[in-house]
Amino acid sequence: MRPGPIVAQALEIAVALAAAPLFLGWVNQCRAWLANRGAPSMLLPYRNIRKLFHKDAVLAENASPLFRIAPYIVFGTMVVAAGIIPSLAGRLPLVVAADAIALVGLFATARVFLSLAAMDVGTAFGTLGARREMMIGFLAEPALLMVIFVASLISATTALPAISAHLASERFTIDPSLAFIGVAFTLVLLAENARIPIDNPATHLELTMIHEAMLLEYSARHLALMEWASALRLFNYACIGFALFVPWGIAARDIGPFGLTLSIPVLALKLAAAGGGLAVIETVSAKLRIMRAPEFLASAFLFAVLGLLVHVLLGGA
Amino acid sequence: MPLAKWWDQARQLPGAPRTCGLGVNAETWSQCAGDVAASGGRLLAMWASACDAWDNADTVEIDDIAGPAQGAQSARDGGSLATEAYAAFLTDRGVLILELPIERSGAAAAESTHYPGLEGLFPCASRMQRAMFDVSRVRSSDPDRRPWLRHPAEGYELIRVAGDGVHEIAVGPVHAGTIEPGHFRFSVVGEKVLRLEQRLGYTHKDIERRFMELPLAEGHRLAARIAGDCAVAHSWAYCQALEGMAGCIIPPRASALRALFLELERIANHLGDAGALANDAGFAFGLTQFSRIKEELLRTMSQALGQRYLLDAVVPGGTQVDVSAEAARSLASRVAAIGRESAQLGTIYDDHAGVRDRFTGAGILTPELARRLGVLGLVGRASGQPLDARVDMPSAPYDVHVPAKVVRQEGDVAARVAVRFGEIAESCRLAQALLASLPPGAHRTAVRAPPAGSFATGLIEGWRGPVFVALEAGPGGTIHRCHPHDPSWQNWPALEHAILGNIVADFPLINKSFNLAYSGVDL
Repeated sequence: MRPGPIVAQALEIAVALAAAPLFLGWVNQCRAWLANRGAPSMLLPYRNIRKLFHKDAVLAENASPLFRIAPYIVFGTMVVAAGIIPSLAGRLPLVVAADAIALVGLFATARVFLSLAAMDVGTAFGTLGARREMMIGFLAEPALLMVIFVASLISATTALPAISAHLASERFTIDPSLAFIGVAFTLVLLAENARIPIDNPATHLELTMIHEAMLLEYSARHLALMEWASALRLFNYACIGFALFVPWGIAARDIGPFGLTLSIPVLALKLAAAGGGLAVIETVSAKLRIMRAPEFLASAFLFAVLGLLVHVLLGGA
Repeated sequence: MPLAKWWDQARQLPGAPRTCGLGVNAETWSQCAGDVAASGGRLLAMWASACDAWDNADTVEIDDIAGPAQGAQSARDGGSLATEAYAAFLTDRGVLILELPIERSGAAAAESTHYPGLEGLFPCASRMQRAMFDVSRVRSSDPDRRPWLRHPAEGYELIRVAGDGVHEIAVGPVHAGTIEPGHFRFSVVGEKVLRLEQRLGYTHKDIERRFMELPLAEGHRLAARIAGDCAVAHSWAYCQALEGMAGCIIPPRASALRALFLELERIANHLGDAGALANDAGFAFGLTQFSRIKEELLRTMSQALGQRYLLDAVVPGGTQVDVSAEAARSLASRVAAIGRESAQLGTIYDDHAGVRDRFTGAGILTPELARRLGVLGLVGRASGQPLDARVDMPSAPYDVHVPAKVVRQEGDVAARVAVRFGEIAESCRLAQALLASLPPGAHRTAVRAPPAGSFATGLIEGWRGPVFVALEAGPGGTIHRCHPHDPSWQNWPALEHAILGNIVADFPLINKSFNLAYSGVDL
């Protein structure tokens, strides 16, 4: 194998690692502006991660090795997922190695380890968070898979770069089934990334937490990895969204220096727009009562199924 | 009506209007309490006149209670101490205070029973009686003998719920946010709450003891600091009691200013709660907007009155500060603006589907349950209990400036929010009316020292509910005994009921809608 693709692959992962906290910082900044507050620096997530890496880790006395390993596994799966998703270019070694269904599996792996680690220490809040996370997860995954199936039906493949290239190559028409799965995907993104209206990433109320409750026992480098992994997950979801719904600007064939230097600013633009949109959704919504989460995710699934039906009804051309 | 019989025997007490005292024995104590309960009266407060220092031991074992430090000598001599147990009731005719003389033996304190408990008639009495033992070491007949304020090092038995799939969630006393300490033990099945048991007392600092070391003329400062968010209510209630026993009539300008301060305190707290409630529902927009409005009010207060929070505004004989005509204008215009803005934001809450969904039907306290539990104040008014001391037992200037009661029947979070919004509007109207008609003259008058042994009470409707202060003068202008009573005593147990059947994730929202005092009841 020539060194070019490997360098490009490494570059894509490096961009994901670097851009993920920045994206989170951007969303937080937009939220603060929309709430008429003075915004924190966009670089705050970096400073937070740096601060945490400089601290000494504290572990519960009864923490098993699983509790220590989990942050590395969760972080690792998110890094691999970032490599699989065609965020910058389509023909990279990892991108073509795994398809979209494997990607959903990777996210599920991270969730399983995160939940196991949360229950490991045996505190009430960790278990509470893990239980809620699994509830959200088992409802969100089918919806996400259904979204991917519809996109796969349109392009007759489950490989993300091929779907992306196919959708980008079509004439610019608004496919109604894409609109339906676009809504479904947005709902799944909100639920899977612990955003309002499912979870509130800014809350200090332990009893209402989902994602944060699972991280309460973590400190220092473990917490830093978990926080970074959360930022990566949000970034990854955004990039899946770009690959499916705004696939233009991803270097399909050219993975040389020119193609990549062009796709990085395009990605930055997309992220800026997506972050703004996410902040708007979070600002105008209140958090749902947690028992309403199934309804929320059921509607995501329903939208995805509607997308499928529309695709079939319109002849699947 | 049997209650009238007791009223006829009672003697008028100075201080709070329509307050009477009645000496009873153990038998008539129970009879009278039963008549009050039968006629729909409420338990307002319970306390005992003794307030002894405990031994300096850090941990207190129930079995191991020695004689009080002051009375240790007499206890060792086999003697006993005379003291009084008091119970104040809120009835249609006013406040009736029963005085029960009791013999308190030092040695056998652990086993003996000193007075009949009222927990069967008034469920909220249980915690007050447990606190009475912790503070004054007089024991009621209540079988629940667990300590309330003085925490033993270990061995506090919480009530357990057993069953398939039932587990416990322990929250606090240390929380993830910067809030006051309290322990909440939830028994849940999945997300559903089967039982909540509270444990408070983590900020117990023996305030009642501290009162005894202060001169009468300085007690108002400590009273204001018992619960900082109802400083005016507590310090006014204290001053009302002190002025009552001293026979001091405060100038009309002073009472108008006090009412103005009380309404400003009510507005500021309701604004803060309105924002915090939306934030707990994940609607951060509400928090930023209401925090801004509240801050603007606090800054206007700081300019006009020299204090952001009115901790030292009410002093015996009047108020510490006067309000200049210019300050009155700036306050009036600010209050008017707040009334408009909060009403606008209120419509946003009403129109927001997500916020409405969270508020409506959460933490319902039915009017029937609220009546049985003796709930007071704002929480009571949101559950159909039309009690407001400003209207029911008005002291000047509320006899002229009559507030409209804001009462809702639903008893859910939405009702408590609606009562807050209604009271913001009403308090804005009252504050403007008070500012527009401030009587001329002095804002303060001298208070002479009352004779030793004088007893008087104060009752002021703070933003949470009626704040009650019982004050007894010692010789030479000292405080013999001061018992401040926050309405949170009555409302904390109601929270345990309001959460039942709700999901545990809704507890912070329901708790915030009650927003009860920790420091105010931990004393």
